[in-house]
Amino acid sequence: MKHVLETKEVAGSPNFQLTTFQKLVDWAVNQSRANSLWPMPFGTACCAIEFMATAASRFDLARFGMERQAFSPRQADVLICAGRLPFKLAPVIRRIYDQMPQPKWVISMGACASTGGIFDNYAMVQGIDTIVPVDVYVPGCPPRPEGLLYGILLLHKKIKGESLFDAVPRRDEQLLDERGLRLPPAEIDELSEPFGNSVHQFRSS
Amino acid sequence: MNPSVAAARAAFGDAIGRATLARGETTVVVAAARVLDIMRWLRDTPAQGYDYLVDVTAVEYRDQERPLEVVYQLRALARREDLRVKVELDPRGELAIDSVTPLWAGANWLEREVYDMFGIVFAGHPDLRRILMWETYAEGYPLRKDFPLRGRFSRAEQVRQALNLNPEAHYSLEELSIADSFDELPADMRERLRRGERDKVPDSE
Repeated sequence: MKHVLETKEVAGSPNFQLTTFQKLVDWAVNQSRANSLWPMPFGTACCAIEFMATAASRFDLARFGMERQAFSPRQADVLICAGRLPFKLAPVIRRIYDQMPQPKWVISMGACASTGGIFDNYAMVQGIDTIVPVDVYVPGCPPRPEGLLYGILLLHKKIKGESLFDAVPRRDEQLLDERGLRLPPAEIDELSEPFGNSVHQFRSS
Repeated sequence: MNPSVAAARAAFGDAIGRATLARGETTVVVAAARVLDIMRWLRDTPAQGYDYLVDVTAVEYRDQERPLEVVYQLRALARREDLRVKVELDPRGELAIDSVTPLWAGANWLEREVYDMFGIVFAGHPDLRRILMWETYAEGYPLRKDFPLRGRFSRAEQVRQALNLNPEAHYSLEELSIADSFDELPADMRERLRRGERDKVPDSE
């Protein structure tokens, strides 16, 4: 983690005081952010059912500051893609992501959102990380509510490790290039490489 | 065997092909050229009364020698009688058949789906466009046997095309043109529809 100023932790020096101040600010900001995440559920399939179970009384997302579900991207902090994503929905999730204000995070819930899952076919996006940057992948088909909660806690951990004073602004890495892609084509092809039995299927080009 | 088959054979002669009975369900193959006449006869003859078109779909068999089949599931609601009508199309020839939308308005979207997935052209259809895949989809007809499971384009190209789609294009003005409320649309919107403009739907007042 590179700080704005070169700092050396010697008690009493100005650098030490600055670093302590930065740490204090980071701590306060990150605690606030991590403990009041507003999720935007993007439910497309059976994972959304598990998401609903997670949000309901037995598992209760509200315990983690997620009481308010943001059904508008404008008031959301974390996009939870629960379920498979067909190519037809790719521009939709990209637009929803673009509409969310910074800072924003993405949880990819379940095998299909993370890798395409069993849907290794012509219609399905092979992992939403080819469309939007993903912070936490939750495995499972679908994941149990405990799994999603663990993913959310991991996201909390990640947020608490961030710093306002990072040299790289978050905003820069999330734009589409001139082709309209988030990743280079070769990387998308590699990410979408099939595995398991489906390797032996035929593709013409 | 459903008595409608014998009655249809008496009325249409050679246009009615072989009929089979399996598990109490009758399937009859009819000539492609006469399908609209036969369907109208089945619907309008009081003794037949097949007033409900349950489904239109198509089948392509693995065996290359077998023809493509367009399948119509008919039901006579008053008589509680079902009839499955099949039309065989030679895949080496032109995949075209008369639309039955003049008889059943509900065939509209069903035939669009068959066109989308198999590339069978329904002559006389009022609005023959893709319905599941987006309108600019260029890879072909996904349920044909010669279509590779993962599609013809590389994953990167598929992602690129998907991300460059306009999400609003799925709810094109043309979509509204077939709605009952077309006459109530504002004059400028009707004009844009007439010009075939495929822009985004303007915000409603």
